[in-house]
Amino acid sequence: MAIRFRFIPDDTKFPFMGFRSVSFPFSALLSVLTVLAFFAIGVNFGIDFKGGTLVELQAKTGNANISDVRDRSNALGFGSVEVAEFGSPRELLLRIELQTAPTAAEQERAQQNVVTKLRENFGEAYEFRRVEVVGPRVSGELVQNGTLGVIVGILGVLIYLWFRFEWQFAIGAVVATLHDIVLTIGFFVVMQLSFDMTSIAVILTILGYSLNDTVVVYDRIREMLRKYKKLHLYEVIDIAINSTLSRTVITATTTFLAMLAMAIFGGEVLRSFSLAMLFGIVVGTYSSIFIAAPILIYLGLKTGSGEAGKDEAVEAPKPVAAKARA
Amino acid sequence: MMRISRFRAILIVLASLLGCLLAVPSLMPESTRKSVFGALPSWVPQKAVSLGLDLQGGAHVLLEIDRADLIRSMTTQLRDDVRRVLREERVSLQGGIAVQPRGVQFRIAQADDRARAMPKLRELAQPAGQQIFGPTGTQTIDITEGPEGQITMAYSELGLNERIRRVGQQTVEVIERRINIDGTKEPSIQRQGLDRILVQVPGLTDPQQLKERLGRTAKLQFRFVAEAGGGDTEQMRNRDTGSPVAVERSVIVEGEDLIDAQASFDQRTGQPIVNFRFNIRGAQRFGDATTRGVGRQLAIVLDNEVISAPVVQTPITGGSGQISGQFTVEQVNNLSLLLRAGALPAKLSIVEERTVGAGLGADSIRAGLLASYLATALVATFMIATYGFFGVVAVLAVTVNVLMLLALLALIGATLTLPGIAGIVLTVGMAVDANVLIYERVREEARLGRSPISALDAGFERALSTIVDANLTTLIAAVVLFFLGSGPVRGFAVTLSLGILTTVFTAFTLSRLMIASWYRWRRPAKIVI
Repeated sequence: MAIRFRFIPDDTKFPFMGFRSVSFPFSALLSVLTVLAFFAIGVNFGIDFKGGTLVELQAKTGNANISDVRDRSNALGFGSVEVAEFGSPRELLLRIELQTAPTAAEQERAQQNVVTKLRENFGEAYEFRRVEVVGPRVSGELVQNGTLGVIVGILGVLIYLWFRFEWQFAIGAVVATLHDIVLTIGFFVVMQLSFDMTSIAVILTILGYSLNDTVVVYDRIREMLRKYKKLHLYEVIDIAINSTLSRTVITATTTFLAMLAMAIFGGEVLRSFSLAMLFGIVVGTYSSIFIAAPILIYLGLKTGSGEAGKDEAVEAPKPVAAKARA
Repeated sequence: MMRISRFRAILIVLASLLGCLLAVPSLMPESTRKSVFGALPSWVPQKAVSLGLDLQGGAHVLLEIDRADLIRSMTTQLRDDVRRVLREERVSLQGGIAVQPRGVQFRIAQADDRARAMPKLRELAQPAGQQIFGPTGTQTIDITEGPEGQITMAYSELGLNERIRRVGQQTVEVIERRINIDGTKEPSIQRQGLDRILVQVPGLTDPQQLKERLGRTAKLQFRFVAEAGGGDTEQMRNRDTGSPVAVERSVIVEGEDLIDAQASFDQRTGQPIVNFRFNIRGAQRFGDATTRGVGRQLAIVLDNEVISAPVVQTPITGGSGQISGQFTVEQVNNLSLLLRAGALPAKLSIVEERTVGAGLGADSIRAGLLASYLATALVATFMIATYGFFGVVAVLAVTVNVLMLLALLALIGATLTLPGIAGIVLTVGMAVDANVLIYERVREEARLGRSPISALDAGFERALSTIVDANLTTLIAAVVLFFLGSGPVRGFAVTLSLGILTTVFTAFTLSRLMIASWYRWRRPAKIVI
C-alpha cells in the first residue's frame, strides 16, 4: 500500500477562473470552426441517415479481390459503388447510394433489387457478413427521433437542475453539454468518421458523461458558496474545482483507459465509437471546468456576500486552504 | 453513515448475492447454459440477456404497409359497392363513377332516386361491427352532396387509420403463419406504430427466401374469362405468355375460402402443380359457377395475373381442384405455402433490412469481450494502485454493479445490442466515479483533521449527495431518451437507466457496508487513502 501513487498533489490552487478569458474565446472559436466545417466539409453520413445499402463481404478463401469487386459491382448499374477494404485484406465494405425512383416504395424495391443482384454476383466467392439496407422513409425518421430525444432530454435536465440548484447552474450545464455535442460532431466531421446510429449512441454517452462531470463540479461549487460567504465568486469556484480536481482526473483517466482498450482491441465495429468517446472524455472534462464553471460568473450567480462580479470582497484572504481547516 | 444494523447488512449481502446469481445464466454460452440449467428444477431463474441481432447474427426486416396500394384497393372496392347498391335500388347514374384519390364521385340527377339511394349509401359508410364497438359518431367514409345531385364519398383520416390498423393486425397474423410453417427458427414479429411490422429472425443470414415470402400478396381468385360483348370486364396479363386477357370483374371464389393447398405433380404430364380444397361455401360457389359455365374458360388469377385459364369440361362440385401453369417445384412449394397462410390484405414494402452474418456477430462479441477484459484489468489496476485496499473495494463494488445490471436486463427480458453495450460502458464509468467521489471526499474530510470515523461518515454523506445529483440528472436524460428514441437509442437508454439505479444502489449499500465492516475490523487510528 505504500506504493500508492497520486496524480494530483494535495492542496492545489490553480487559478482556473483566470483562464476564462482564454477558454471562452477558444471554445467559441472551435464551435464556430465546427459549424464552418459542418457546411464546408460536410458530415460523412452513413446509410442510417442518408439511406442506401451497405454490404460487408469476406472472401471465402484468400484475400478479397478489390478491383474485381469494384469493376463488377459498378457494371451492375446501381450508380457508383464505393468499395473499400475493411479491417483486413479479406474483408471489403461496399456502399451503394440510395437508388433514384419517383416514389419511396419504388426506391425500396430498387434497393432490394441491388441486394439480390449483389448476392447473385458475389455469393459464391464471398460470405455476406453484413447487409444493411435503409430506405428513404426510415432514414429521415432516425435523424428526427434522435435529435428530438437529445433536445427534450436536455430540456428535462435544464428543469431538474433549475429546481435543484439555481437557474444559472441549469443554463451553464446545458451550455456545456451543447458545447460537447457540437465539438463531438466537429470531431466526426474533421476525422470523416461515418456518422450513423452508433454515433448517436456516442453522443448520448458523451452527453451522460459530461452531465455527470458538470454536476459533480456544480455540487461542490454550491457547497462552497454556502461555506465561503465572503469570497468572490471566482475564488469560490476555484476552490471548488481544486478540491474536486483529483476526483476529476482519476475518473477521467480510468474512463479514458477503458476506452483506449476498446479503441485498440474492440474490433472494427466499436472503433469509431471508442475513438469518439476518447475525444468526448477530454472535451467533457474540459467543459465542466472551463465552460460550465466560469459561465456562472457571466450569468451573474449571487454569492452569499452579494452580487457576483461586483468588487465587494475586494481582497480575498490569500490562504484559502488554511481557512478551510479552521 | 457508518452504522449499519445487522438486519440491513444481511439484506444488502443477500440482494448483492441474488443479483450476482441472476446474472450467472447471462455469462454462460448458450450450450453450457442449457446443460447446466436443464438439470435444475424449473423454478430456478435461468433467464439470460438475449443478444441483439447485431451481436448474435440474424435478419431484421422492417416492412411497411403500402398505403397508396391499400387506398387504391379500398377505393376500387368502394366503387364496386356503390355500383352494386345503385343497381339494387335501380338508380340510374348520370355519367360513370369517378375514382378519386380517397374515394369516389358520381351524380344522381333525379331527386327521388337520390332519396332512395342515400340511406343505402350511408350504410356503406358504416361497416358492420363499427356501430357497436367503434368510436361513436365517427364515420369511416364522409358523404358530401354537391350541386346538381353530385355525391362524393371519401374515406376520412380516421377511417383510413382504423383500416390500416386492422390491416396491420391481419398482416401480422398472415406473416406469422407464413414464417412459422418451418417451425425451426424463432422469429419475432412485432408491430411498430400504425403501419410498420418488424420481423426478426435470429440466425438467418440470407433472408432472400424470407423476403420473397413476405413480399408476395398471394391473392388468389377464380373468375370467368370474358366472353365477347360480356358486361363488366378488366384487362389482366397472362403470367406465362405476357399477353392480355379480358376477365370478368365479378369473382367466383377467393383464396380465403381455401382450406388446404398442397404441392404435387400432375399425374399425366408430371408437371408440378398445386392441389387445393375449398370450404363448404367455396365448394358451393365453385360448383354452381362451373355448372353454369361448362365450356367456358375459367381464369385462375394470382396477384392480378392470370396463371392459367382452363376450359371447364364438367361441373366441379367436389370442392377441390388444381392449379397448373409453368411452375418449378420450388415455385409450387412456395405457392402452396402462401395459399395455406392466406393472402396479405395489402402490399408490403421493405423499408429497412439489416442482416448480420453469424461470423461477424461472433467476431464483434470476441473483440468486444477481449476489449472489456483489458479495460477491466486496466481500470482495476489503476484503482488499486491509486487507492490500495479501497481500490479493491471499488473493483468489487463495480463488478457487483455490472452483474446486477445484467441480472436486471435478463429479468425484464431486454435485448443487448451494441448501443446497449455503450450504456454498460458508461455505467462502469459512472460506477467507478461514484467510488472515486466517496474516497476523495473521505480523504478530504480526513485531511481537515477529522477522526477516521467522522471522516468516513462525513465523506460518505457528502459524496452520496453528489452521486445522487449527478446520477439523477443523467437518469432524467436517459428516461426521456427511452420514451422519445427509437430502436438503438432505446437500447442505450434502457441499460443506462438501469445502470444508474444499480450504481446508486451499490454506492449506498455495498460500498458503505464493505468500508464499515473494514473499519469495525481494523479500527484504524488514521485513514490513509
